[in-house]
Amino acid sequence: MRPEDLLQPRPEGLYCPPGDFYIDPVRPVERALVTHGHADHARPGNVRVLATAQTLDIMAIRYGADFAKERQVAALGEALTINGVDVSFHPAGHVLGSAQIAVAKDGMKIVASGDYKPRPDPTCAAFEPIACDVFITEATFALPVFRHPDDRAEIQKLLRSLRQFPDRAHLVGAYALGKAQRVIRLLRDEGHEDTIYIHGALKTLCDYYESQGIALGPLAPATVDNASKGAFAAAIVVGPPSAFADRWARRFPDPVSCFASGWMRVRQRAKQRGVELPLILSDHADWDELVDTITTIAPSEVWVTHGREEALVRWCETKGIRARPLHLIGYEDEAE
Amino acid sequence: MKRFAELLDRLVLTPSRNGKLKLMVDYFNEVPDPERGLALAAITRDLSIASIKPAMLRGLVEERVDPVLFALSYDYLGDLAETIALIWPVGEDRPQGANDAPTLLEVVETLHAATRAKAPALVADWLDRLDASGRYALIKLVTGGMRIGVSARLAKQALADFGKVDVTAIEELWHGLDIPYLPLFAWLEGHTDKPANLAAAPFRPVMLATAIEDGDLDKLDPADYAAEWKWDGIRVQATAEGGVRRLYTRTGDDISATFPDLMEHLNFEGSMDGELLVGHRSGDLLDDGRQRIEIGSFGDLQQRLNRKIVSAKTIESYPAFIRAYDLMQDGDRDVRAEPFRERRRRLERFVQHLDPERFDISPLVPFDDWSQIVDFRSEPPHPIIEGLMLKRWDSAYVPGRPRGPWFKWKREPFLIDAVLMYAQRGHGKRSSFYSDYTFGVWKGVPEDGELVPVGKAYFGFTDEELKQIDKYVRDNTVERFGPVRSVRANLKTGLVLEIAFEGLNRSARHKSGVAMRFPRISRLRWDKPAREADTLETLEKMLP
Ligand SMILES: [Zn+2]
Ligand SMILES: [Zn+2]
Repeated sequence: MRPEDLLQPRPEGLYCPPGDFYIDPVRPVERALVTHGHADHARPGNVRVLATAQTLDIMAIRYGADFAKERQVAALGEALTINGVDVSFHPAGHVLGSAQIAVAKDGMKIVASGDYKPRPDPTCAAFEPIACDVFITEATFALPVFRHPDDRAEIQKLLRSLRQFPDRAHLVGAYALGKAQRVIRLLRDEGHEDTIYIHGALKTLCDYYESQGIALGPLAPATVDNASKGAFAAAIVVGPPSAFADRWARRFPDPVSCFASGWMRVRQRAKQRGVELPLILSDHADWDELVDTITTIAPSEVWVTHGREEALVRWCETKGIRARPLHLIGYEDEAE
Repeated sequence: MKRFAELLDRLVLTPSRNGKLKLMVDYFNEVPDPERGLALAAITRDLSIASIKPAMLRGLVEERVDPVLFALSYDYLGDLAETIALIWPVGEDRPQGANDAPTLLEVVETLHAATRAKAPALVADWLDRLDASGRYALIKLVTGGMRIGVSARLAKQALADFGKVDVTAIEELWHGLDIPYLPLFAWLEGHTDKPANLAAAPFRPVMLATAIEDGDLDKLDPADYAAEWKWDGIRVQATAEGGVRRLYTRTGDDISATFPDLMEHLNFEGSMDGELLVGHRSGDLLDDGRQRIEIGSFGDLQQRLNRKIVSAKTIESYPAFIRAYDLMQDGDRDVRAEPFRERRRRLERFVQHLDPERFDISPLVPFDDWSQIVDFRSEPPHPIIEGLMLKRWDSAYVPGRPRGPWFKWKREPFLIDAVLMYAQRGHGKRSSFYSDYTFGVWKGVPEDGELVPVGKAYFGFTDEELKQIDKYVRDNTVERFGPVRSVRANLKTGLVLEIAFEGLNRSARHKSGVAMRFPRISRLRWDKPAREADTLETLEKMLP
């Protein structure tokens, strides 16, 4: 079997003709396999959805319990068969519940990794490299200028600034699913025990992470009531980045605006967004991790999707690895 | 170097003045000599370092990484220093975070002693030993591209905060100090006495005036005060002592090199305070047959300012001269403690001996009561006058801004009605507000419907008004590009802003052909229809 007979890009998403299912479809389909809960990968309206239990829970939190007619849980590592195609889910280390999806038939095995990061993350299961013929990799940070520094050093940077500017609230922009909880958990790991204030949009997901055994410590809503008591001085406040340009941000007097994202490696991006303290924290693999992963897995072919495909394809070519861009539509370049 | 790199990273992104000061003060507290002094010199751009060409750095990086990947990265980031800093491969044998980053001292001294041919290997070694942010700082340092939004003045203020002294004390000393400023730091930390300024022709901190406020004049006796015109040039201190001549700005920056024509004529012994103006040759003849220099506009002055190299032609066309108004040092005598009346008499004698083409005295404006002053202010005899100065006859020359001895009373600003065209999000406290506004006036007749931008303003309104404008911007956005929104502005809809400004110049760089000085929003004209805003023609008539 040729790999493109097993998985092929279609306008709806990545399609498996013998199995008759899609991986992370961007339009509603009959049967969807979903890698993780980020909005550009997990969408409502499919008839049947197969995903990890946590991804299914997250979809229900975001879209309501009726996001699909039928849900099926995929346990990590469990061997499943769909219309004669072997399917298994393996941890991707991206956010809670995230998985790579391995698809195999007649001796051809393809791993669709979704979004992944190999470095340890206290809020989700660690990435596992899976041997395969074709590895489908994301390319969000696929330029050799993206080398994410040590997480702890970035969190230390935030804590240092908090000590340096004790009368200013530190507003940390972090995506609601995954990044926000990771920032909070990393702060706890570095010994920050004070109450962390959160934007309303983060509450249900933080509660869910707690229910899954990820202790986030004392959290409180960043409401105006707290503002009037001056509670935000010396406090860390976490909110979705979109809220920063919003009227919501006005309740904090003279805040230090921080943003936790891999894009913060680029000075110009930090400047444009008015970020005073960039925190380079990414849930995606950086350049070194991308090439190390490909080297470790040693697939005979690499398909590169969402991001800077060109550079990674070029790197594969210089290493004698067959590679091509996989043009999938509908995944956001900016998703972090 | 690591701590210095972190300081630069934070200074660049910190919008508030207080935030920047705090960052620098903490740095001076934490970092020992001579490192902090070198950092200070780098920030004030006094550190001269053997300059490395960007092409050389590019060559270094292309030896180390795939040129195709480098090109893709450079194309994506658009900034060479940043691309090199980020893409530089960390050696296998040197794990990232290894504790052997070079110090500023190592970089400055080694580079200074090295031959041109050796520089690339040195820089490559340092790049190997630094992390990404350190590499960026190093590249900026060795290529001379240190632009971090901190003026020398602000750095001096940080030193003053650090040592809990007045900034004028720092300014006074500054030009007698050498990098890395060890006696300065020793004094600021309380280990030694204030260093004596041994420099010849040092800067003397200037005396500043406070603004006249409502009701002030009623409390003052006209007989106690002298009045002078307030000239719209730049305030300078011209000093010549023991063969050394210097021209300082009012904050102590040495601008001698910009005005070589004037420096030639500083053949006196002393230090005077005055306004630097430029002019052009007029028809009047002086006693010796030369043409007198006729005072020019602020636009003429701009021709001479902010230029590293001034061409002979510019110097010839825009000669600089000083309109003196005070004397601090007369020969070997410090006269600052004498009353203004006495200093003024000295000044008149002093200037008599100087080249009349290059020096004159700012004349006193005689008056008997305040109502005359009110009239003078509204009808100044020359466009380059921006108001009046009132100085107590008995005032000593004291540094800083004491309230009482000297007042300034600015002319009423110019006013126009303009239409809001673009709004940009602010920084820091204002980052959730659209607080920086570009406004325009009608080109031709309003009915043509074409607005041309004429200026930008980001203050002059209350917090409450800011909220109202912000709401208006959000409700009337036509297009968004990054942090900027274009706002609906046509004959029917548009927010009219009354703009106050200090003057107008011709400007080839602006589409409108004019540039406003010091524009700010004086009133929101919610009541006024956009079609009744002013036209470019009205504005052009205000040109001097
Ligand atoms: Zn994702
Ligand atoms: Zn994604």
